[in-house]
Amino acid sequence: MKNEGSHISSYTSHAVVLIALLALTAISVAATEWHFGAFTVGVALLIASIKVATVIINFMHVKHESLFIKAMVSGVFVLFAAVIVITFIDYYLR
Amino acid sequence: MKVPVTNSKNMSVQAIHNERIDSETGKLGMWIFLFTELFLFGGLFLVYAVFRAKYSADFHHAAEELNTFIGTLNTVFLLVSSMTVAMSITAIQKDDKKLALFLVGLTVLLAGLFMMNKYFEWSHKFEFKIYPGSEVLKNLPQGELLFFGLYYMMTGLHALHVLIGMILLLINIVKIKNGTVSSNHYLHLENSGLYWHLVDLIWIFLFPLLYLIT
Amino acid sequence: MNASENGSHVSFLEHKGKYKGILSWLLTTDHKKIALLYLYSIMIFFFVGVILGLLMRIELFKPGETIMDAQTYNGMFTIHGIIMIFIIVIPALPAIFGNFFLPIMIGAKDVAFPKLNLFSWYLFIIGAIFGVLSQFIGEGSPDTGWTFYVPYSAESSTNVIYALVAAFILGFSSILTGLNFIVTMHRMRAPGMGWFRMPLFPWSLYATGWIQVLATPIVGITLLMVIAERVLKIGFFDPALGGDPVLFQHLFWIYSHPAVYIMILPGMGIVTEIFPTFSQKPVFGYTAILFSSLAIAFVGYFVWGHHMFTAGISYGSRWFFSFLTFIVAVPSAIKVFNWISTMYGGSIDLKPPLLYAIFFIFLFMIGGFTGLTLGSVATDVQAHDTAFVVAHFHYIIFGGMGFAFFAGLHYWFPKIFGKMYNNTLAYAGSIVIFIGFNLLYFPQFIIGLQGMPRRYFDYLPQFQTGHQLSTIGGFILFIGLIIMVYNLVYHAKKGAPAPSNPWKGVTLEWQIPSPPSHENFEEIPQIKNHPYFFGESTGNK
Repeated sequence: MKNEGSHISSYTSHAVVLIALLALTAISVAATEWHFGAFTVGVALLIASIKVATVIINFMHVKHESLFIKAMVSGVFVLFAAVIVITFIDYYLR
Repeated sequence: MKVPVTNSKNMSVQAIHNERIDSETGKLGMWIFLFTELFLFGGLFLVYAVFRAKYSADFHHAAEELNTFIGTLNTVFLLVSSMTVAMSITAIQKDDKKLALFLVGLTVLLAGLFMMNKYFEWSHKFEFKIYPGSEVLKNLPQGELLFFGLYYMMTGLHALHVLIGMILLLINIVKIKNGTVSSNHYLHLENSGLYWHLVDLIWIFLFPLLYLIT
Repeated sequence: MNASENGSHVSFLEHKGKYKGILSWLLTTDHKKIALLYLYSIMIFFFVGVILGLLMRIELFKPGETIMDAQTYNGMFTIHGIIMIFIIVIPALPAIFGNFFLPIMIGAKDVAFPKLNLFSWYLFIIGAIFGVLSQFIGEGSPDTGWTFYVPYSAESSTNVIYALVAAFILGFSSILTGLNFIVTMHRMRAPGMGWFRMPLFPWSLYATGWIQVLATPIVGITLLMVIAERVLKIGFFDPALGGDPVLFQHLFWIYSHPAVYIMILPGMGIVTEIFPTFSQKPVFGYTAILFSSLAIAFVGYFVWGHHMFTAGISYGSRWFFSFLTFIVAVPSAIKVFNWISTMYGGSIDLKPPLLYAIFFIFLFMIGGFTGLTLGSVATDVQAHDTAFVVAHFHYIIFGGMGFAFFAGLHYWFPKIFGKMYNNTLAYAGSIVIFIGFNLLYFPQFIIGLQGMPRRYFDYLPQFQTGHQLSTIGGFILFIGLIIMVYNLVYHAKKGAPAPSNPWKGVTLEWQIPSPPSHENFEEIPQIKNHPYFFGESTGNK
């Protein structure tokens, strides 16, 4: 069956996304030189999350997918984050 | 044989067993499978989070054993390979078979370079007897021992997925060559691409958590 | 709408496809045959699990060693749990009734990925074989309990790894089934069947599918971690190496609590189909039941710590999990209210499926109420790890899911096999099962609160009466099961031919012949009404 109406991303857009990802990677490596104290993990995860979101939205085409797929992808990450937070209710409060 | 029925709202598509699976159905199936992979790795990320919180100094210290340059290089390999596989889909959509083959091949090559780096990293550590269960590890502070356990399990499971992804992409090369994957029907390439991006995503999280906490 | 019943249709059991004989089963991609492959394999393993349970009950008839030593007893309750949980209760309802009826009830010819469906069955069988192997190979059958708690599961010299691998492979089978069903419902509903015209059994499978897909992988990786602990001394759960055994419990229950909703949601879905049919009126509160199913699946993710109240977790954690446990009980209660309201004012036909469904409500509620005792932290301290817990979960799982399974068997038997069973035998079987069941498990609530621990091979003399009553109940239950199974197996071959709609049901499976033909429908149905439309006079939407 034909992939009807599928959006075709341009080569250029993919290249632009790669450049953005490489730039973010450079920033995260450089960031190890700076001191964020307790926030080091937060900064690293923040940059990583931006990269992940970029890959998902662009390379994985979620920008052009149905609302359902968008909702489920977001939902899955939220659910996982919730599980981590709830586990830490134990570990932080012991 | 009945003709599959599609209505304009795309609410239901009838597929018969021996018909090709239509692309939206197949893609949805792959997305759900990717969710399962996220949760599979998620369990390891949870363990990492717990022990990082408990042994932050040890983790910081142990991470210095890892080679940030190689880690960064591997990150670059995977990011570029994500671009090449995404581009290969554009190529097949535009019916440019030659370019598609080249880009998929390039993706596999980059994956191979990643694996080569991983091999060197691990064997270097084995030389220094840094592996789970070794005497050296037992003499380290507990947080460091756990860091290396996580390092091996997370990068090991990830490497296994890189291998699987490489195999999927090689199958695509065969299928593009023989016409099974074409501008009319490229679900297999699209799904393999999605899988490959997942492999990249996991590494994007692993890299800072293991290599950049120095 | 009815296909002609003059024999011009060929039943799926007689369909001549690409393969002949046994290969037409082992290489089938027909969802109905795959459902039967699961049914037969699960029934065999169920009886193995039942025999193991009976052997334990014989052992517990008297204190001290009766027919087996302590080590054997530990192996018994372990494999009994592994079989019942991973091979029977988690897979059965989706893999048997979901596979058979989901496509039919949404007007489809098969599931979205038929070959993947067959692959799921093979994974199931391979996983089950690993479970069997763990009993006979090498160092002895695992004695850790089906919960594989560390540190013992990392240290026990028995075949723990085989059992872990079995559970891992079975989990994969479960994941692929859930994935298949979710995509099937998204993509293959018949024209006119919007989401809110889909019957409630498919909806229950939808909610279940998401749990299968999002929770199972976590136990998968956890089991791998235990293998890593055993083989590589990885240290995550070993205090001597800096690890935390309670972390295992978190990871384990993050899956295993949602797993109980995998077990019960399809069962609730089945009885939700039975009540309207045997009351000849639409289900009461379709939307409420639908959203309750989704709510149970969602909230059920966040209660896992109620298995860990005495494990040493923080006070804040105990408060959080207890609170959410009480919340998750609410949607289940809503459903009970709706089932009873469905019957109220209806034209009740107390056939065996309805009797089992009514038994289901009674037993499920006992299980549910005793769950509240366990969900409240203060009372849990008394009841945790006692026979009270054993009674609670058997009421919910066996009394709930098990009776729903029997109800489904009796409801859909005519459709699957094209034959009618004997009602008298069915009633007799159900009543003997019901009596045996309560005699088996109710005393365990009492001795549990009096202090009888679970998984104990020996006990104080004051608990003996309770144990003896329980053992007698077990044998009565077994007799009831034999009656039930004999009735069904005998009449599957020799029963009177079944019409396409023996119960006057209104969902799609009753509009096609019994048994269905290979492709289910001669023409894809066009859906014009809500799923429980019993005619204009019954009002309601």
